[in-house]
Amino acid sequence: MKPPDFAYHRPSTIDEALDQLGEFGGDGKVLAGGQSLVPLLALRLARPEHVIDIGRIATLAAITEDEGGLLIGALARHTDVEDSPVVRRAQPLVIAAMPHIGHRAIRNRGTACGSIVHADPAAELPAVALAVGAEMIVRSRAGERTVAAADFFLGYLSSDVNDDEVLTGVRWPIWPSSAGWSVQEVSRRHGDYALVGLAASLDVDGTGRVAAAALSFFGAASTPVRVSEAEDLMVGEPPTAELFAEAASVVTRSLEPPDDNHASAAYRAHVAGVLTGRCLAEARTRAGAAS
Amino acid sequence: MTDLHRIAVRVNGRDEELEVEGRRTLADVLREDLSLTGTHLACEHGICGACTVRVDGRAARSCLMLAVQADGTDVETVESLAEDGVLHPIQQAMLENHAFQCAFCAPGFLMTIRCLLDDNPTPTREEIREGLSGNLCRCTGYRSIVDSVEALVTGHLGVGDHA
Repeated sequence: MKPPDFAYHRPSTIDEALDQLGEFGGDGKVLAGGQSLVPLLALRLARPEHVIDIGRIATLAAITEDEGGLLIGALARHTDVEDSPVVRRAQPLVIAAMPHIGHRAIRNRGTACGSIVHADPAAELPAVALAVGAEMIVRSRAGERTVAAADFFLGYLSSDVNDDEVLTGVRWPIWPSSAGWSVQEVSRRHGDYALVGLAASLDVDGTGRVAAAALSFFGAASTPVRVSEAEDLMVGEPPTAELFAEAASVVTRSLEPPDDNHASAAYRAHVAGVLTGRCLAEARTRAGAAS
Repeated sequence: MTDLHRIAVRVNGRDEELEVEGRRTLADVLREDLSLTGTHLACEHGICGACTVRVDGRAARSCLMLAVQADGTDVETVESLAEDGVLHPIQQAMLENHAFQCAFCAPGFLMTIRCLLDDNPTPTREEIREGLSGNLCRCTGYRSIVDSVEALVTGHLGVGDHA
């Protein structure tokens, strides 16, 4: 249970980090908070020759809001995000996910962007990013590119970041004041990865009808996954318990979750439907449209 | 390949300069290089919480932190709690209430409780349970530990206090 040998590098600027990544290619691994990478090293599931610690590149720790949205930098720790009044106002779905992520001691070190780039399909923040349409800012020596959340998650522990690239930040849209939100999950123990979870938003218009909905599941596939059929059927309808039940049955029918020794596929699909009803009810309350 | 790095870290109020391999965890360096064996290691991949220490005022898993990452930080371990043989109030509350049985998990619990009470000096029972949920104990079923924190917070000393 000890990490394998590697060469440790601690660049002081992002350019220096990108130069090192460009040089080492697939033999280099980026270290930020280390709450995903260090266990992988300890279990020797990861054996990089070079570890590039971006932990001292202070410019990456920013949490800022401008007309383009809310930017959470690669070094912003979960705790910084969780305690940020800016995030609380601009992106309450991210805040709602925070208590579900590990424990405080984990959140004190782990970073929001690290969780996203790690792309565990049972993790909360990738699903939140998918629910709200966050944009990933990815940089290499060749330049910067932006990837939509819908294109970013490629598979189990796989995201659209090449060996020579770093996810330098994630840009989140500003939360619409008319919308409610909810993150709920079922896990074996508090702080564990979810068996199934849901990050949901529900926007209700001035006439009391659903203007938009997002149902973004984690632990239900090899990536976070939205169920657009269930989202679409709610648009234009009053947000009633009957409507939510209809959406829930579509969710249970359309998901094809994994089957493993923790839970069967049928159980996960059932729980996804139950969570759909619970999350939509909570989101409706927060949208100020309880009926 | 030997990958040695010089680090300067403040541990329990003492400035230490060490030369460490990049791959070594903070927990191993505390235990092996500084002989601070109060910090316990069980799972070594961030699940059990036994190795919890305080880094720059925040709880951290010392098994999930490379020692090189601690360069320039202020680290406090369980050894920082008692002073001159006098137990810290958290330790005293644990003792009075028979919080632990084997106490292998105690160092992690004590440091977690220390950080929990920094953030929130008057947690409710539910907040205590949530705050301690990242630490595993295989003996007690947790009740005695939660009771002890609650006793400390509410000022009611435990069964050992007959005054």
